[in-house]
Amino acid sequence: MMGMLLEGFAVSLQLFALTLVGAIPLGVPVALMRQSTWGFSVGRVRVRPLALIARFYISVMRGTPLMLQMFAIYFAPYYVFGIKLTPESKWQACVVAFIINYAAYFAEIYRSGMQSIPRGQYEAAEVLGYSRAQTFFKIVLPQVVKRILPAMGNEVITLVKDTSLAFSIGVAEMFSTAKALVASQVSMVPFAIAAALYWVFNFVVEIVLGRVEKRLDYYHD
Amino acid sequence: MASKQVQTEKPGTQEPVVLIEGARKSFGSVEVLKGVSLAVRPGETVAVIGPSGGGKSTLLRCATMLETLDGGTLAYGDTVVARDEGGRSVYSSKDVQARARQRFGLVFQNYNLFPHYTVMKNITDAPICVQKRPRADVEREARDLIAKMGLAGCEEKVPCQLSGGQQQRVSIARALAMHPDVMYFDEPTSALDPELTAEVLKVIKLLAAEDMTMVIVTHEMGFAREVADRVVFLDGGSVVEEGPAEQVIDHPREERTRAFLRRIAE
Repeated sequence: MMGMLLEGFAVSLQLFALTLVGAIPLGVPVALMRQSTWGFSVGRVRVRPLALIARFYISVMRGTPLMLQMFAIYFAPYYVFGIKLTPESKWQACVVAFIINYAAYFAEIYRSGMQSIPRGQYEAAEVLGYSRAQTFFKIVLPQVVKRILPAMGNEVITLVKDTSLAFSIGVAEMFSTAKALVASQVSMVPFAIAAALYWVFNFVVEIVLGRVEKRLDYYHD
Repeated sequence: MASKQVQTEKPGTQEPVVLIEGARKSFGSVEVLKGVSLAVRPGETVAVIGPSGGGKSTLLRCATMLETLDGGTLAYGDTVVARDEGGRSVYSSKDVQARARQRFGLVFQNYNLFPHYTVMKNITDAPICVQKRPRADVEREARDLIAKMGLAGCEEKVPCQLSGGQQQRVSIARALAMHPDVMYFDEPTSALDPELTAEVLKVIKLLAAEDMTMVIVTHEMGFAREVADRVVFLDGGSVVEEGPAEQVIDHPREERTRAFLRRIAE
């Protein structure tokens, strides 16, 4: 039993890791688009296409259930393009849905971090002649990372538990395995073990985040 | 015009380091600068005084290109940032603007140091990464600047470990490390108590004694009288009076200057 649960847990961890690897970087362009001022005026109305697209994307991703997004991404290739689904499709759809969903949340956290950097930091950088890219990567980003860490911690821990949603599409991660074991063994023990594993893993996440926060604690502003 | 008056007062002096002519700037329907002219010659220290909302900060923000002028001219030596064409400022290319930016330094009221960088890195990063000067030279020079600012031993500290006065001196060093032709100070002691103010003013006096070209927006009249060669009184978006420090502060000609000095003396 333990072996099966651990196998499921390995799948959960893979989903967790792939989501972070995809969504953490993807959130950056989304946040930048969301804040872009590029656009044109129609009469008195200022149209900012990139910002509008990002807003719509974030709105849909946050405003609909992740479970439905998984189904949509799973079935869309078949119904829209007539592409034949393979046994791998469920897993792929699941990873893509998690990445684009979490990227939307991360983008909003990044935005809150960027907007909290005082105007004076940008002005000091501008007067010193830093380019826009230098200002972002050298001055703004390191300060943003420190500021958003607690909020990111929340999301990362939520993500660990959200991996159990992959159950609904039929990916054999830990929760699916636990449910199957509960049914076959007529015992609640597999659920208890699964719960303990989620918690232990999140405890590790908390420790890691705590370490990172401590490393960035050498300054405050 | 104020700038003409200056030129006739001291004929035959060198080219101005910074030349502002007929600067106009509005925010919405409020005209904050109504044709301000200012020419600063090498080695000169100019104090800009006047009531809040008089246009002092806006003038400095336009001179440092943090705001764009609506009308008027801005030039650093032969680098023309903006010229006036029919009452509207036309700005030069980004390259020219970037070149001009290397010719001045700005010290902010609230320092605006980079909180995640050490004192050393705050001072050396822009010379190394923007001006592409050799690290060893920049660091040696930074150590000298740190010593000169009375900050020896603070090299590896971060700004939050320093007092306000120390932070402001780091920001002065950061600006000086870029080798500017002119230093701007935007109310450099407004956020400091009298003791810390004295530390910062001492450093600025030191720079004045070394003939650094400076424009200082300040409320410290005693300091302005002592350090400035010339005082400009800005009120309602125009230069009301300007001249040698002793004259403007001790024997102002204009009633508005007298009223302002009386008010702040109370």
